[in-house]
Amino acid sequence: MLNRIHQQWFSNIRGDILAGMVVALALIPEAISFSIIAGVDPKVGLYASFSMAVVIAFAGGRPAMISAATGAMALLMVTLVKEHGLQYLLAATLLCGVLQIVAGLLKLGSLMRFVSRSVVTGFVNALAILIFMAQLPELTDVTWHVYAMTAAGLGIIYLFPYVPVIGKVLPSPLICILLLTAVAIAFGIDIRTVGDMGELPDTLPIFLWPEVPLNFETLAIIFPYSAALAVVGLLESLMTATIVDDLTDTNSDKNRECNGQGIANIATGLLGGMAGCAMIGQSVINVKSGGRTRLSTLFAGVMLLMLVVFFSDWVSLIPMAALVAVMIMVSIGTFSWDSLRNIKKYPLSTNIVMLATVVVVVFTHNLAYGVLVGVLIAAIFFANKIGQYLHIGSTLKAEAQHREYIVTGQVFFSSANRFIAAFDFKEALSEVTIDLSRAHFWDITAVAALDKVVLKFRREGTTVHVLGLNEASATIVDKFGLHKSPDAIDKLMSH
Amino acid sequence: MSHVMACIDGSRASAAVCDSACWASAKLSAPLSFLHVLDQQQFPVKSNLTGNIGLGSREHLLDELAALDEQRNKLALEQGRVMLEAAVKRAQANGINEPHQLQRHGALADTLQELEQGIRLLVLGRHGSDSAADHVGSQLERIIRIMHRPILVVPDEFSAPKSAMLAFDGSQTIQKGVQMLAASPLCRDLPIHLVMIGADTADAAAQINSAERQLQDAGFATITAIRAGDVEQSLHAYQAANAIDLLIMGAYGHSRIRQFLVGSTTNHMIRTSTTPILLLR
Repeated sequence: MLNRIHQQWFSNIRGDILAGMVVALALIPEAISFSIIAGVDPKVGLYASFSMAVVIAFAGGRPAMISAATGAMALLMVTLVKEHGLQYLLAATLLCGVLQIVAGLLKLGSLMRFVSRSVVTGFVNALAILIFMAQLPELTDVTWHVYAMTAAGLGIIYLFPYVPVIGKVLPSPLICILLLTAVAIAFGIDIRTVGDMGELPDTLPIFLWPEVPLNFETLAIIFPYSAALAVVGLLESLMTATIVDDLTDTNSDKNRECNGQGIANIATGLLGGMAGCAMIGQSVINVKSGGRTRLSTLFAGVMLLMLVVFFSDWVSLIPMAALVAVMIMVSIGTFSWDSLRNIKKYPLSTNIVMLATVVVVVFTHNLAYGVLVGVLIAAIFFANKIGQYLHIGSTLKAEAQHREYIVTGQVFFSSANRFIAAFDFKEALSEVTIDLSRAHFWDITAVAALDKVVLKFRREGTTVHVLGLNEASATIVDKFGLHKSPDAIDKLMSH
Repeated sequence: MSHVMACIDGSRASAAVCDSACWASAKLSAPLSFLHVLDQQQFPVKSNLTGNIGLGSREHLLDELAALDEQRNKLALEQGRVMLEAAVKRAQANGINEPHQLQRHGALADTLQELEQGIRLLVLGRHGSDSAADHVGSQLERIIRIMHRPILVVPDEFSAPKSAMLAFDGSQTIQKGVQMLAASPLCRDLPIHLVMIGADTADAAAQINSAERQLQDAGFATITAIRAGDVEQSLHAYQAANAIDLLIMGAYGHSRIRQFLVGSTTNHMIRTSTTPILLLR
């Protein structure tokens, strides 16, 4: 127990503090930017990032993963904020947390196994595209200064690390923000700054119950939003957890992560923040900077709030162009560029799943729909592929007028038609034997197909013998637990 | 199969651990196993504070971290194998026929817990490869607390003990320990000094006499003594006066909370003792 605490909190103190600092600095522009996407004051996103990070540091199931206000969530709340206002968003955040805890208690985290790799890639790419698209309003109808500053910002972010000595110890996004702010002030360039976008926090967050009427009408308004937030939040969090698992070669507790996200969202709603979830980009930055334990997440959250509260006058002077540069970096870093290279290498079905996920998300601005479509298409492709594993051979017995069909492989909804088509009903026979002992019947469609075949033969005046039906249909039994023991698998594979 | 499990880590105590494990293995006529654990947690984390992510950062970071781990683990694996080979050679020179070697990934304490079923006696060096001479190893206390097997903690030097002292405090832990000792062939031919620190009351005398009887019934030669004074100092003084080279005691009779408040006798004895200590759980 004590050792667990030591390992998850204090086994890497130096690395975690430094990484937490780097992450905190990168979280500030992101939180502000996502608040603007959602249409609320930057303070709502900054409070959310603080409370998400701090609560998840304790309640989450994946040490070193960063949770805060995210773009995926912000995009879902735009209409709610526009039509009903901030208080309803806070109520929706609370409800989202409750739904996530319910999902955690029902152990829905294990459903992630149905989300295939191409869907994850599609999700990540769609997320990157959405983050990039969200920056476009800042880049349209503006003076050339903004373009110049954004380009300079990106240049600083990617080139500063090559500066000897200091390049490796100072986070380049911070340098980008500092330099661009200094330039904007020094030359008195009149461009939009963070201060123009709304209120910044000047105090620590306080505990507040959302001011909404507690009635059914409110529930009807917020529930659809809360459900979407809960699903997208859990999807992104669990995917990020897997990515951090891979990077650090350690395991995480996915169900605890679901509960933790719920608790963090409830706390965030009560502290006046918008709903959030785990962030892929920030978590990668954290691991890259040397963060490995919960301490890095906690420190990132606390540092974020300290910086914002004590330097709020300075933060309000940051030009939006600097934030846009940082967000473009996040978008570039989140996008899976390997997936583009792999398009030529991977089978078409895989690419279709990935692209469908991306397209649906980009059009609906809802990652949950994209994942749903991706999972469904992947499932259909899989069913189609497995349906190919069906072979029906036949031999005419010596005494003639008696044909024996031997069915090998998988019979279910996707292959049932091929199963029926393999029998020659036109052949005049007095007897037919259908040997199923090397086939698997997976569902009722398969049984119905067999019935149909038997019936057709009988109508032609043929006597039908079916062999091995019991073995073949054992797979229909829904209690799949029966098939989990090693000898059950042997039995399954043997016929 | 119950093994004498000796943990090898390349510290200065390794030779002593090896020798004492051979001694115990011969006494107990139990097979000897050497264990080396590859703990990834020991590696320092690589840190890049540039704070930016660019084209394919995630994929590259994974490759980079995996390559780093691979490099370090290959080296550690090879190093561990060399240490185990050396230990096996030393054990064979000491007359142990076929010592087993075991190399596992994971944290030492977790690994030992997994292997606990097959362990009869655990032999550990007093400090790990990275601690200074007068420091007790960072993992030692945790291992002693979680393991339910007798543990022999060895300083940097070891020679076969000629007499043993049992620190008797009348607690349940030590009474169980006396039973264990009586049943085990490990110290059978050593004279056992039963030493109790505290007031010489009739109650104390009765307790120590009953323990002495148990040991004598099992064929041990025993001497009893009751001394007043500070526990640790008196034990050390008695040990020095009688040239005792093996200390036997119960480990961590009290809760962590009490230990936090008043300190632990066990910790103190492990830190200050110059002889091997056999801890009975």
